[in-house]
Amino acid sequence: MREIIEGRVWTLGRDVDTDQIISGKYLTIIDPNILKTKVLEIGLPEFASQSKPGDILVADANFGSGSSREHAPQALRAAGVGAIVADSFARIFFRNSINLGIPTIEAPGVRAIFDRFDVARIEVRRGTITNVRTGASVSFPPLPQHLIDLLEAGGLVEKVRRELADRPSSQDPVSP
Amino acid sequence: MSATSRGHGATLAEKILARAGGKDSVVPGEIIEGRVDLAMMHEQGAQTVQPFHEMGATRVWDPDRVVIAIDHWVPASTEGAAVLHRILRKFADEVHLPHFYDVGNHGICHQILAENGWVVPGDLAVGTDSHTNMLGAMGAVAAGIGPTEMAAVLALGRLWLKVPTTVRINVRGKLGPGVTAKDLVLRALGEVKTTGATYKAVEWTGPTIERLSMPERLTICNMTTEMGAKCGMVAPDSKTRDYLSGIAKHSMHPMYADPDAQYERTVEIDVDGMPPMVACPYSPDNVRPLPDVAREHVRIDQAFLGSCTNARIEDLREGAAVLKGRRVHAGVRFIVSPASTAIYRQCLSEGLVDLYTEAGAVFTNSSCSACFGGNMGIIAPDEVCASSSNRNFPGRMGPKEGRIYLMSPAATVAAAIRGEIADPREYA
Ligand code: SF4
Repeated sequence: MREIIEGRVWTLGRDVDTDQIISGKYLTIIDPNILKTKVLEIGLPEFASQSKPGDILVADANFGSGSSREHAPQALRAAGVGAIVADSFARIFFRNSINLGIPTIEAPGVRAIFDRFDVARIEVRRGTITNVRTGASVSFPPLPQHLIDLLEAGGLVEKVRRELADRPSSQDPVSP
Repeated sequence: MSATSRGHGATLAEKILARAGGKDSVVPGEIIEGRVDLAMMHEQGAQTVQPFHEMGATRVWDPDRVVIAIDHWVPASTEGAAVLHRILRKFADEVHLPHFYDVGNHGICHQILAENGWVVPGDLAVGTDSHTNMLGAMGAVAAGIGPTEMAAVLALGRLWLKVPTTVRINVRGKLGPGVTAKDLVLRALGEVKTTGATYKAVEWTGPTIERLSMPERLTICNMTTEMGAKCGMVAPDSKTRDYLSGIAKHSMHPMYADPDAQYERTVEIDVDGMPPMVACPYSPDNVRPLPDVAREHVRIDQAFLGSCTNARIEDLREGAAVLKGRRVHAGVRFIVSPASTAIYRQCLSEGLVDLYTEAGAVFTNSSCSACFGGNMGIIAPDEVCASSSNRNFPGRMGPKEGRIYLMSPAATVAAAIRGEIADPREYA
């Protein structure tokens, strides 16, 4: 995870739920590269075709509510989002997104200081997000160390892989 | 029970998570590594397979604590769904997971867990579906997680959890005739709202909750998901023990909140005189008294009696009592989908399949059915559905304009008969 994340901003409203990020009709698709072409089809239809890797999503409260579908953060990761920032997140989306290694930052008040295509500068450890155009900024409580470790490992898969590799005995075949 | 070293007692969630974390006590905000008692996967579990292998895992921590229950597309309605099922069957074979509820023995995953005794008091249960909260009715912490996280659970048998604060919903009063547990949870959603319990535990307490049957408790815990909650629960009692007697898959370790437990807040609800409720588009917390909405003559095109929230045998009997001898309104498609194969068979033996189909309903096999807009029962953009399910967000039943009203099984049937939202008490 980079210490400073900078990118072009896409803004979103309140309560953008997972149906708006990846519609129920696409749930049988598991290839992230196909999913990314459907991402935010209901919530922000132009995003899939016009976003660039490194773009940052800035949403209002309760981003990612609804179902536990990991398709939603999978699709956003495949689209290359640099970070997802919101006034607040729904619980499972937040976990999924962090577990996939996407910097996911809850910063109350953040939506109000951005317009579409402003540039955001996030200082992860200092806990500030600044609008480079206007100079406005908000601060956020730094992530717990446990989650920083997870992001630094590149996500949960890598973290568990290291843990299992360190303890080869746990992978001995089990007797029936 | 004595207070812990924290100076006050523990909530039910704190008690259960302390046990799961191997600790004497925990405080909200603390991160624990929780030992999992039961892990459940449905089709989304197909996305668990790749990360499981990428983690370098080769075996599952405890195959007797893993349940796979496919439900969203059963039988497979698209090639994509068939492939998901295939991935899961192959994975179950490869890592020796015997508890697979496959086509013919299927049902909505949460109902499968409940009716087969997979979750018992004191458990920490996780599933790859957001409504895993429903199993909190057993006096357990049951929470939804994503498939990558499930891969870690399958490999390690544990996951990190932040101990939540608890919102208590304390309910008194008597539910009137035609007013149900669904109306109660809708009323509670109207007060707590869809973000009111985000990251938190919900604990239902009070004399009304103690009187609720297990199926009713499953309904109210199911929709704590719509409050944003990590889990929602009811303390176990003799009803819990009776329900699980003879079916519990592992030993119970019931826990109870201390009398001096510290709640983040308590929401008091008195249901005396409460009318049936309805959640209007496009949010489950957009709740109004049903009679007010009925006065506006909201026409419907489809009615759906189904979903993990309300498709148990008790719900289908409740609907049947309203329908008896009446017909589905011309121009309304009425879909009835029992929550499991066991319930389906029970409906057959009680004559409910005849009753519903004679009235003009379509009685489908047990699955998530019309609940999520990805399988069957999809509505057109300008259409309206009365539904006993749990979500009415834009796009939930297909097109983003489609309008869904959430209500009890009785009210769903009343709407199917009238062709518009109607007070079920008029059909008593
Ligand atoms: S019935 Fe609906 S809410 Fe329940 S698990 Fe199925 S899709 Fe989800």
